[in-house]
Amino acid sequence: MSVLEVRDLSKSFGGVEAVADVSFDLGAGEFLALIGPNGAGKTTCFNMLNGYLRPDRGSVKLEGRELVGRRPRAIVRMGVGRTFQITRTFLSMTVRENVQMALISHHKRMFDFWSRAVRMYEGEADALLDLVSMRDQAARPCSELAYGDLKRLELAIALAHEPALLLMDEPTAGMAPSERVALMALTGEIVKSRGVSVLFTEHDMDVVFAHAHRILVLNRGRLIAEGSGAEIRENPLVQEVYLGGGTVFAAEGV
Amino acid sequence: MGFYLAQLLTGLANASSLFLIACGLSIIFGVTRIVNFAHGSFYMVGAYLAYSLVTWMDGGIFGFWLSLLVAALIVGVLGLIVEVTILRRIYHAPELFQLVATFGVVLIVQDAALAIWGAEDLLGPRAPGLARAVRILGEPIPEYDLALIVIGPLVLGAIWLLFHRTRWGILVRAATQDREMVDALGVNQRWLFSAVFVLGSALAGLGGALQIPREAVSLQMDLSVIGEAFVVVVIGGMGSVSGAFVAAVLISVLNAFAILIFPQISIVLPFVVMAVVLIVRPYGLFGRPGSEAGGAEEPEQPLRLMSRRGAMVLAAFVLILAASPAVTGDFTSILLVDVMVAMLFAVSLHFMMGIGGMVSFGHAAYFGVGAYAAAMGMKYLGLSMLPAMALGPVAAAGAALLFGWFCVRLSGVYLAMLTLAAAQILWGVTYQWGEVTGGDDGILGIWPAGWASGDKAYFYLAMVLCVGGMFLLRRMAHSPFGYGLRGVRDSAVRAEAIGMDVKLHQWMGFTVAGAFAGLAGVVFVFSKGSVFPDVLGISQSVDGLIMVLLGGIHALAGPILGAGVFILIEDWVTRLDYWRVIFGGIILVVVLVAPDGVAGGVDRLLRAVGIRRGDAT
Ligand SMILES: Nc1ncnc2c1ncn2[C@@H]1O[C@H](COP(=O)(O)OP(=O)(O)OP(=O)(O)O)[C@@H](O)[C@H]1O
Ligand SMILES: [Mg+2]
Repeated sequence: MSVLEVRDLSKSFGGVEAVADVSFDLGAGEFLALIGPNGAGKTTCFNMLNGYLRPDRGSVKLEGRELVGRRPRAIVRMGVGRTFQITRTFLSMTVRENVQMALISHHKRMFDFWSRAVRMYEGEADALLDLVSMRDQAARPCSELAYGDLKRLELAIALAHEPALLLMDEPTAGMAPSERVALMALTGEIVKSRGVSVLFTEHDMDVVFAHAHRILVLNRGRLIAEGSGAEIRENPLVQEVYLGGGTVFAAEGV
Repeated sequence: MGFYLAQLLTGLANASSLFLIACGLSIIFGVTRIVNFAHGSFYMVGAYLAYSLVTWMDGGIFGFWLSLLVAALIVGVLGLIVEVTILRRIYHAPELFQLVATFGVVLIVQDAALAIWGAEDLLGPRAPGLARAVRILGEPIPEYDLALIVIGPLVLGAIWLLFHRTRWGILVRAATQDREMVDALGVNQRWLFSAVFVLGSALAGLGGALQIPREAVSLQMDLSVIGEAFVVVVIGGMGSVSGAFVAAVLISVLNAFAILIFPQISIVLPFVVMAVVLIVRPYGLFGRPGSEAGGAEEPEQPLRLMSRRGAMVLAAFVLILAASPAVTGDFTSILLVDVMVAMLFAVSLHFMMGIGGMVSFGHAAYFGVGAYAAAMGMKYLGLSMLPAMALGPVAAAGAALLFGWFCVRLSGVYLAMLTLAAAQILWGVTYQWGEVTGGDDGILGIWPAGWASGDKAYFYLAMVLCVGGMFLLRRMAHSPFGYGLRGVRDSAVRAEAIGMDVKLHQWMGFTVAGAFAGLAGVVFVFSKGSVFPDVLGISQSVDGLIMVLLGGIHALAGPILGAGVFILIEDWVTRLDYWRVIFGGIILVVVLVAPDGVAGGVDRLLRAVGIRRGDAT
């Protein structure tokens, strides 16, 4: 059974159809890539899945439950985690405290006025940090972290909510090539071990072909192709969109 | 018919004065992003200078108008001095620093004016050639009002030409719209900022100078005008000159007619209009998002639980405090009650401002509501002391719940301005609604119950309430709720993404801070035995800001130290003749030399001698 069912999702901005009639399914444990040239509508799509944008039309069902019309925070609580293209963390807190905050919120303890926050869910937070190999930096202030480490921390934070689905918008943007491979390999392992499904956008085709189980191609708001890495590589429509034919996939899209 | 026209013309004349004051403030804010409290001081100095020059020249029509212009120019030079010596150093500091620094200037200018022109109000001469009234549809209209109605749009036109027809003006507009643009200016940036400040100050000076035929020149002109000027700027959209004009006309004309129906509304009306506009258009009529203020702040260090040694030191302090009445006189006990009230007030302000990231320019509102609720509970409901004391924080929490709901919809300076508006509305109501609140005469005879009536007995009661309140706030700062507030302050997007209800959290933070300010107000009112509207006033709010700043905003202990230092300095300095100069000077020194405040300094000291762990940074 599919975890996520997207049907006829559409959004226009003042006459421009940013996303038009997009439908797809995402299976349990699947690692699905959404690719397309700049301005294709990928982020708009994500924002509708997250509740940050309200679609003009269409429906999004998570394990059968409608997401359209709910607030972002409600969607998080239903099991849709996300990481940000530009990292967002609580800079005045330590790495561990950032994960603890996610756990506190997940367990609905945010309006506890008395307990000491730093003593709550310490074990769980450390376990999550272990998972992303950040345990050794747990006590460091978040403001001192390197960029790649912040990305891994965001992953740990997202996992604190035990999501069924993880949305990652350009998870490796701004990282060095070696870091990209490491982060995606890590994500792949976590997906496997926790049974999480992942939908991600990515411009680095090496990353996409190496990790995605299946690929969706978006162009001018419409899905134009869907399939495995090999199928997408051979698809003439896709080659046309990425001007210059098949060789483009070797180079990095910008 | 004629009557209504006369009312309209009066409104328009007031609009012109108001516009002249506000437009300079708006221009300065637009480019430098400084919320300049000293603008009211420039206005006042303009009036004083014009008074002196006009009486000295005594030269008919030409001499009169020349005097006004010269006064405006001198004020422009004064603005230049303030910009070069003080503001230039704090353009990248957080809003709080800028606000408090400009308030330091306000204090210094007040004493300078007192020394030069004396404490008496000065009644200016009428404008030569415009001293009479003309009859329009049978109603007498002062000629000078008609002149003002012309001058306002003339100045607006001149500024428009300056901004659209000169290279400099185009730069100013570009800088107002786009912050990066300003930084790209490089060397020219300094020059641009200085020139803008001179222009803005000169306009304030002109506004003051033009007032002298209409009202007596007094030392209260500065703060009485600044609230309304801010309102005009915020309604119009910060940085927008035409917005300021529209807002000035809107407020003044509304006011001219509203007082016919409800004569007491004058004080409250501008702030009500502002609140309504901000709720409908959060950035003002002509403002845009992005014209938001606020310097970049260093990321704060993570909080630490108190070490065993720290807890012992603190316990020792509390014990010494508790033992103090045994060894000192009643006078010290009374002073210590003041200190503890100030501490609780400052800690509650820090809770929403430092921890919650919501800067409040009107925290006195909740202090005052607490004080008045207790006083009125005793007077009208016949409550005894303890129930009256309980009523205070509840009423303050209620007021904070009401106003906070609106405030948390905004952020940054706009939120700060709305808190100011809320406080001014409450102040205005308290001041005007004499039958219930006693108005200017306040409420008297609010003394503690018999068992707590001695100075020492009341000291212990105050200590339990204030120290208890501070303990609770500190405990909350370390709780998930307090961490949540810090999280929202750090990144609202992240907070939402971990499933937090950001606005609800801020709203509750606002309410908690209000409730504890109310508790401080309650302890205050029973220690003084009376309460007057100034407990809700701007000065009281700014006192709180200074305490937080003095102590250092990044430390939980900051507001406690800051309030202690503040009250002790105030107690010493206010016995001197020119205490404002000294106090203003101290504020400026702290802002310019020790921006992390007393707590920051103590923290550095403790690290240096090894009592506190962690890297000395
Ligand atoms: N808030 C908005 N208002 C108006 N137009 C928008 C808005 N957001 C996106 N668009 C437009 O919608 C289209 C899709 O944008 P979107 O950001 O979803 O693309 P993308 O695939 O994420 O691109 P990129 O690879 O550059 O991140 C673009 O043409 C964009 O200009
Ligand atoms: Mg995008």
